[in-house]
Amino acid sequence: MALYRSHVLVCGGTGCNSSKSDMIRQRFEEKIIEMGLDKEVQVISTGCFGLCEEGPIVVIYPEGAFYSRMKIDRVDRIVEEHLFKGRIVKEYLYEESLDKDKLKSLNEVDFYSKQKRVALRNCGVINPEDISEYIARDGYLALGKVLTEMTPVDVIQVMKDSGLRGRGGGGFHTGLKWGFAAPNQADQKYVICNADEGDPGAFMDRSVLEGDPHAVLEAMAIAGYAIGATKGFIYVRAEYPIAVKRLEIAIGQAKEMGLLGKNIFDSGFDFEIEIRLGAGAFVCGEETALIASIEGQRGMPRNKPPFPAIKGLFGKPTIINNVETLANVPQIIINGADWFRSFGSEKSPGTKVFALGGKINNTGLVEIPMGTTLREVIYDIGGGCPNGKAFKAVQTGGPSGGCITADYIDTKIDFDTLTDLGSMMGSGGMIVMDEDNCMVDIARFFLEFTVEESCGKCTPCREGTKRMLEILDLITQGKATLEDLDKLEKLAINIKNTALCGLGQTAPNPVLSTMRYFREEYEAHVLEKRCPAGVCKSLLSYYITEDCRGCTKCAKQCPVNCIEGSVKKLHIIDQDKCIKCGACMEACPFDSIIIK
Amino acid sequence: MKTLDELKKIREDAKKNLELRNTDKTIRVVVGMATCGISAGARPVLQTFVEEVSKRKLHNVQVVQTGCIGMCTYEPIVEITMPNEEKVTYVFMDTDKVKKVVSDHLVNGRVVVDYTIGALK
Amino acid sequence: MEKVNVTINGKKISVPSDYTVLFAAREAGIDIPTLCYLKDINEIAACRLCVVEVDIKGRPMRNLPASCVLKVEEGMNIRTNTSRVREAVRTNLELILANHNRECLTCFRNGTCELQKLCDEMGVDDIAYEGEKRRPILDQVSMSIVRDSSKCILCGRCVNMCKQVQGIGILDFTRRGFETEIAPAFDFSMADSPCVYCGQCIQACPVAALRERTNIDDVWDALEDPEKFVVVQTAPAVRASLGEEFGMPVGTRVTGKMVAALRRLGFDKVFDTDFTADLTILEEGTELLGRIKNGGKLPMITSCSPGWIRYCETFYPEFVENLSSCKSPQQMFGAIAKSYYAKKIGIDPKNMVVVSIMPCIAKKTEANRLEMQVDGIRDVDFSLTTRELGNMIKQGRVDFKKLSDENFDLILGEYSGAGVIFGATGGVMEAALRTVADVLTGQDLENIEYHVVRGLDGVKEASVVLPVDGVDTEIKVAVAHGTKNAAKVLDAVKAGEKSYHFIEIMACPGGCVHGGGQSHVSAKERLDVNPKVSRANALYAEDAIMVNRKSHKNPEISKLYAEFLVEPNGHLSHKLLHTHYKVKKQYQIENQDDFEELIRK
Repeated sequence: MALYRSHVLVCGGTGCNSSKSDMIRQRFEEKIIEMGLDKEVQVISTGCFGLCEEGPIVVIYPEGAFYSRMKIDRVDRIVEEHLFKGRIVKEYLYEESLDKDKLKSLNEVDFYSKQKRVALRNCGVINPEDISEYIARDGYLALGKVLTEMTPVDVIQVMKDSGLRGRGGGGFHTGLKWGFAAPNQADQKYVICNADEGDPGAFMDRSVLEGDPHAVLEAMAIAGYAIGATKGFIYVRAEYPIAVKRLEIAIGQAKEMGLLGKNIFDSGFDFEIEIRLGAGAFVCGEETALIASIEGQRGMPRNKPPFPAIKGLFGKPTIINNVETLANVPQIIINGADWFRSFGSEKSPGTKVFALGGKINNTGLVEIPMGTTLREVIYDIGGGCPNGKAFKAVQTGGPSGGCITADYIDTKIDFDTLTDLGSMMGSGGMIVMDEDNCMVDIARFFLEFTVEESCGKCTPCREGTKRMLEILDLITQGKATLEDLDKLEKLAINIKNTALCGLGQTAPNPVLSTMRYFREEYEAHVLEKRCPAGVCKSLLSYYITEDCRGCTKCAKQCPVNCIEGSVKKLHIIDQDKCIKCGACMEACPFDSIIIK
Repeated sequence: MKTLDELKKIREDAKKNLELRNTDKTIRVVVGMATCGISAGARPVLQTFVEEVSKRKLHNVQVVQTGCIGMCTYEPIVEITMPNEEKVTYVFMDTDKVKKVVSDHLVNGRVVVDYTIGALK
Repeated sequence: MEKVNVTINGKKISVPSDYTVLFAAREAGIDIPTLCYLKDINEIAACRLCVVEVDIKGRPMRNLPASCVLKVEEGMNIRTNTSRVREAVRTNLELILANHNRECLTCFRNGTCELQKLCDEMGVDDIAYEGEKRRPILDQVSMSIVRDSSKCILCGRCVNMCKQVQGIGILDFTRRGFETEIAPAFDFSMADSPCVYCGQCIQACPVAALRERTNIDDVWDALEDPEKFVVVQTAPAVRASLGEEFGMPVGTRVTGKMVAALRRLGFDKVFDTDFTADLTILEEGTELLGRIKNGGKLPMITSCSPGWIRYCETFYPEFVENLSSCKSPQQMFGAIAKSYYAKKIGIDPKNMVVVSIMPCIAKKTEANRLEMQVDGIRDVDFSLTTRELGNMIKQGRVDFKKLSDENFDLILGEYSGAGVIFGATGGVMEAALRTVADVLTGQDLENIEYHVVRGLDGVKEASVVLPVDGVDTEIKVAVAHGTKNAAKVLDAVKAGEKSYHFIEIMACPGGCVHGGGQSHVSAKERLDVNPKVSRANALYAEDAIMVNRKSHKNPEISKLYAEFLVEPNGHLSHKLLHTHYKVKKQYQIENQDDFEELIRK
């Protein structure tokens, strides 16, 4: 193996890739050849580094120099200076990684220092298309240990002891799940990796698959051994082409090395993995709908029980684990259950990856020990709300979750605390809202998503969510009455009580939780016909203040000619005609047009 | 894949490459790589350090390059910093000297005084 | 079966451990409302009307589970009549209604609608949500079936009936969320889909989203027209179901009342399709013996069921040559009425209108098949379902229940017991065996009940040893009902696993007695009665009381041959009574090859 003196790691995650990181990587390769450094410097495409706000990201070792917001035209200088002459180009570095001109190690940067990377341990560290880099980081050691030193019962016991809970939403104990499937006699059992990540804003599963695909393969094989399955499926969205490609490469390499296939580690254990592409329906993340989809049926959930562990794919015992859950498994096997329990909280051991988004400075992916407070995540890691705005609430659990207000910001995050607050862990989306967000509008946004994504099978979800949305529309238009609010709540409770699957049962959560914490905002819309955050368009009015100098610019811009007033006289907006487009406000040179 | 040992052997080989990305190292070898250093032969010096460190599995040693140190006539120059010790500066380095520095200084902790800048005087 | 103890609404009860809560409640005398539930066929827990409150050993279940799929457990405490449950059921009903075309008063299912009944029972007294509705699609292209999506409540009963019971799968859920529809692939019309018009989906539908295309007004017009001589024929199965239209128990035999009612409606002659059922036996029996003796294509398969014919032409084209060339009894009747009978009574066949009352919707399309005419004269003009006849009788203000029995008119109203049992699965086979056995043995055999081909087993097999040209030969036969069972038999024959001389296939499960045109029996009633059994029993009862129980002993059939047709399978028979079939494309689209490639992948 050739030894390089320097490694250039270019983020090849979907986020950075969409800002042309692949072209940046290509330019590095070209320039390095031009400079004759190709024998000394290796360029590697990695998975996501997590700090997506600062992408595209390039890290150069051995120094660990963290170049952020990279552009193609910066590549040449970095090669000439840093790689050729050894002079780090400080002005291109991520600002936070410099401490008075001295380069900080990544672990010392605020964004990373509070994180604990287990599921993401290899993301941004290894080349996901090179199995040897995974092996160098103890890859497949867990599988080897399991197959040569442990019985399936031992494996399940370790998983139970670890207390690992499903990271896909429900938080069910992984060890118990495996334990249900293991004793069932069947000629065939299946392990399914659920990579049908669909919460708006959540992309941890994609990042794991893109950055560390072998961890998932290894975990699936371990799960297969534990429950007696020889066949695995990865159900991944077709919208994740990079993940799919890397999985394909990884499966090929693992097979070639005999880490998948027949008689792995000479143990007599066989395991094959196939990829199944999903068309991106949100509901296919629900396990019974996912199974139907793999079987070639329409992705619609069915009633549970029977649970998949008893009767799953093609009617056979099946376990379904989420990507992030699986990514924890090899680490637990190698380091033991006690190690895993050494971080996180009592009932939710380990770490959880969150996707930070919305009104927050450092959008991106963070992995923290369970039990970290919301405050630490939002302020210390996420850098707080931009432009000094006040934090209002955070939506966790995506469209199935609810919002948590500033009053609860010192809540220690785990499965149970979030549920107690009327939200849920979900897959780990965290959408931060500041004072400018209207909570009715937020509820409407999430509900619109579930209405679109409902499979249409059961009455409450198909019909009920639509009616809820219609009521929310009335509220945001100022046309609702207090009876409508009661109706909304009644519908929400009914859907929660009677919908068939988890998607439907949790669909009303955004509405219920915003009604619980922000009832006064709903009432302002209904009773005063006012949107306190100034978001709901129909409830806004544009007014011209006394500051008006009568320049007529606003009147000229108005597309519906609803502004009257002569030159150098105060202008007036005809509220009946105004369509609230805001053109006048932009046109006013004296800031004398306001929204009320 | 037949045995765990087979996997571990592959792992040891693979690790050599990844060592480079570990930034928590306490010993730093800094090779001057400005135009002056390169023209004086710093490139093979750097490469030899990388190879020797890897061969001897010195996981604690980071080999980095730097710009002009300011004593161009003494190039190639190499600075070695051990934890809690004074920086040692080697001058007029070549690949043979590198091997000796690695085995004496990095492995056994004995500075090769003859090659240091102090020996010049 | 192991028993478990549960409490329902405070009442303790012990039920088998494989029971659902729904069934346990029934056993306790408690009725839980259901809508999408269709026992053994559609148990998908989608409508959420059968929800109940449950706790298990004191631990309450988080949500309200659907009792139709929830299995009982020891120590379960179930409450079906709490305000929380009632509120949930009513809200879900209101939600269904909000997206439903509520033209109930003018709806075809007014009175037999299961949604209407539930709304009444649950006290839904207001339209709670007025909002957007799903886009309505009214597909009435087909001669047989109408799909009205504005009525559809997405219960999925038709979907599983077609897919699981019939093994076809014309209808399925399409789109998603609020826009979800149940429709044929690619939004095709039912007429362009490979639907065989068995109409089992109509039987499954709780509302009027699927129904027959009606011809009631055409028939009224014909009856009104003084120029027209209107004769009616009634299929054997109709008499076993028509009474249900007037609230009589499922499977009540109303032959005499039916005849009387038809006369009251103004039909000039009231005849029976059983007559041509007997004729079919002679034609088909002769054809079978001919094929056996002359090395013709075997197994020969019956051709009475137009749903089966469409199924064979579409899905098993390789068996088209195996089909008997006989027209169905409906078509034979029209051909004979407009030739032999018209001549006999001196009427221009152009002025004769033949109306048939059928348990079937495929018969409507069959009557319209291009080849179903002789010298430019249609065999059958209008085909009505049992339900349509029920409606006509009501529209004609005939008090059906009070009618006295009357007899069919001569001469096309003469029939044997063998003709009657055509309406039940195995009936054609039994009728054929009665005649073939007599013909081959040259005797008038007394042992004529072939119980082995009766009943509801999906595929029934039998063999009889009979002398063919003096050599004892084992004649092997099979009976299949429902297209999924038909596929089973055909696949076995194709694979060489089975060989038969003669196969009876009916498209509908149970045969014509459970045809797509029969009276609606609600999902709830079906828990107590099996219309397939009750109606078949009615037919077998009629057969048992007939003096003449063999087709070849029908005196009018003998006369028909003597005076007109000369002999079975003769020249005139071929002209009037036989037909041919053609292979059909499953989807009538231009680049069929690409399409087939696509669906194979």
